[in-house]
Amino acid sequence: MTTLSALFEKLAQSKKNQIILFVAYVVLTGAGLFLLPDSTIAFLLLLFSILILYYLNVNLRAKWITGIVILAAIVPFIASHSDSYQTYMEVGTLVGIYCAMALGLNIVVGFAGLLDLGFIAFFAVGAYSYAIFASGQASKFMPFGHYPLPGDTFWLFIIVGAIVAAIFGILLGVPVLRVRGDYLAIVTLGFGEIIRILLNNMDHPINITNGSMGIASIAPPNFFGISIGSSSQFYYIAFGIFLVVIYVVRKLENSKLGRSWKAVRDNEIAAQAMGIPLVKTKLAAFAIGASFSGMMGVIFAAKQMFVDATSFTYLESTMVLVMVILGGMGSVPGVILGAAVVIILRTQVLTNISNWLSTMSSNYGISIPPALSPEKMQLLIFGLLLIIFALYRTQGLIPHKNRKVDVELLKKESAEAARAREKATSGGAKS
Amino acid sequence: MNILEVKNLTKQFGGLTATSNINMNVEKNSITAVIGPNGAGKTTFFNMITAVYKPTSGDILLNGKSLIGLKPHQVSHFGITRTFQNIRLFNDMTVLENVMVGMHQNLKAHWVGTLLQLPHIRKMEEAAKVDAYDILKYVGLEDYVNENAGNLAYGAQRRLEIGRAMAAKPKILLLDEPAAGMNPKETERLTNLIYDLRSKLNVTIILIEHDMKLVMKISDFIYVLDHGELIASGKPDEIRNNTRVIEAYLGKGAVAND
Ligand SMILES: Nc1ncnc2c1ncn2[C@@H]1O[C@H](COP(=O)(O)OP(=O)(O)OP(=O)(O)O)[C@@H](O)[C@H]1O
Ligand SMILES: [Mg+2]
Repeated sequence: MTTLSALFEKLAQSKKNQIILFVAYVVLTGAGLFLLPDSTIAFLLLLFSILILYYLNVNLRAKWITGIVILAAIVPFIASHSDSYQTYMEVGTLVGIYCAMALGLNIVVGFAGLLDLGFIAFFAVGAYSYAIFASGQASKFMPFGHYPLPGDTFWLFIIVGAIVAAIFGILLGVPVLRVRGDYLAIVTLGFGEIIRILLNNMDHPINITNGSMGIASIAPPNFFGISIGSSSQFYYIAFGIFLVVIYVVRKLENSKLGRSWKAVRDNEIAAQAMGIPLVKTKLAAFAIGASFSGMMGVIFAAKQMFVDATSFTYLESTMVLVMVILGGMGSVPGVILGAAVVIILRTQVLTNISNWLSTMSSNYGISIPPALSPEKMQLLIFGLLLIIFALYRTQGLIPHKNRKVDVELLKKESAEAARAREKATSGGAKS
Repeated sequence: MNILEVKNLTKQFGGLTATSNINMNVEKNSITAVIGPNGAGKTTFFNMITAVYKPTSGDILLNGKSLIGLKPHQVSHFGITRTFQNIRLFNDMTVLENVMVGMHQNLKAHWVGTLLQLPHIRKMEEAAKVDAYDILKYVGLEDYVNENAGNLAYGAQRRLEIGRAMAAKPKILLLDEPAAGMNPKETERLTNLIYDLRSKLNVTIILIEHDMKLVMKISDFIYVLDHGELIASGKPDEIRNNTRVIEAYLGKGAVAND
């Protein structure tokens, strides 16, 4: 035991050993996936390297570059030898989409402290804004223009989706800002349902959303003449936007606006007394958070080529919230991990267990009632997970940490500034 | 010159009159104390000045301009900040961040500029950190820069609240029982800090305080509230010997002590 902990300690100290071990891990799991291309476990182990990378004791830029290389080159390259290539990339795309959405919700819940149980509504708004115009649907109510719009407009619609979702975020925010806490949660829950029901019923008197039939044959995105249709291609789009979203969140978190959010979260009255406008600050959180969701909605619609209201139920809002709480409210790396864990649990682990159970039952005659299949029980499973976290790990998988400043540097700069001031005043006195 | 004038200020909560017809003139760069027994309406008075409560009637004038109808953050923009009797820090933010929130209105960083990493915004953020550090030195918290505010000891939290309010560069600083829960040594430090604020930073100070030694020592002028009414006002010596104040608040002991 002691030798083991001594070994770990030694590891933590030595940068070189850490890097060597990390590279060895990536090579090993990469080779594993190469040799066992259909093993989900090998795929997940390779992805796990990103989490290890996060804890490595190397500088931030090196981490970013390594992470991007692994996710954008190594993983897709090795996975492309597998029959499950498209499935893997589909999972990757979903993780990217939900990570960005969870980061958006994290602004609202984690930074600004506003509980939102209807967050999926913004995803829906983004998805429908592309679906309507990139299919024949728009021609049913638009008096001008030719529809469907070509796939080149997809790129423009990523921004349109963000803006439309932001507008809906403000629409939700304005009436909701008068209520707090539990009441806010209930109103947002209602808002989410209202949007879903509206989308499901806006086929008369004017047919805008095609009602419960949904909108089909949505034009695939077009990238310099290449029509984007496969998961492996969408993976890169989702990944790219995900990177942009992380950049925006990290920059905002430690900016004037980010501090205002956290101040409002910690104490509204004191925040106002320090000159922070409550309404504007909360609306900014709703709008910016919603816009991430809207962008990802556009990608979702393009990827599925079909949308209907069933993709945007209350369950989906809950799932995004679970990602934030499980990962760690307010913690950017935590929320990313939370989103990845939930998506992988849902799409890989639970379905694999289901498959395994059904082969068990057919091979050995053990009958498992379909109601007990893990897929059906995911609500129960996520519910239990939440309870366990609420009891034993309230801060989530990677708890939020405030950014620490370099005090020595501040001390130095402060002394320099003082000297400069002194010089200025003595100079002024002379002249 | 009067920087702040309060005219017939009244606040009713349902049937309860928390303050009634208060009149007050605060001279620029002075230290004014508001004293009175528990429940006299002192905090309510501060809450009306900072727009946390809307007065039932009456007027509040800052340099002749009425503050009635403004939002709390707007009052802050006009140059009035405060501390709170029941400390209200941003507990899950660092000590440095708390002070930086105080600077909010002096930082003109739009979030779009932040995202574009405009050089002048980065420079401003850096300078703000240094300023915040200087303020922490000023209130004696330079060793706790990266600590979460919620983890500080009580006296330190009170000083951080003052530091945060200072960061807003106010014209008028309202202190609600700043010495509450402080030991004599801390109180003395606080006294010097308040003097310093007035002389070096030209801040007008209004404070609510139950520590009579402190009040009598540093105030230029004292207002006494009781049951929401202004029962006396004057220089410390006048208040000390005012029979009504002695009866309502100071008690007979205060006279004997002297
Ligand atoms: N929001 C409110 N709603 C109802 N009554 C209130 C409210 N705020 C204050 N009061 C009442 O107004 C009266 C004055 O309260 P206030 O807090 O101003 O007293 P104070 O002079 O600050 O007392 P202390 O020295 O104990 O702090 C009290 O009777 C109090 O109960
Ligand atoms: Mg009080």
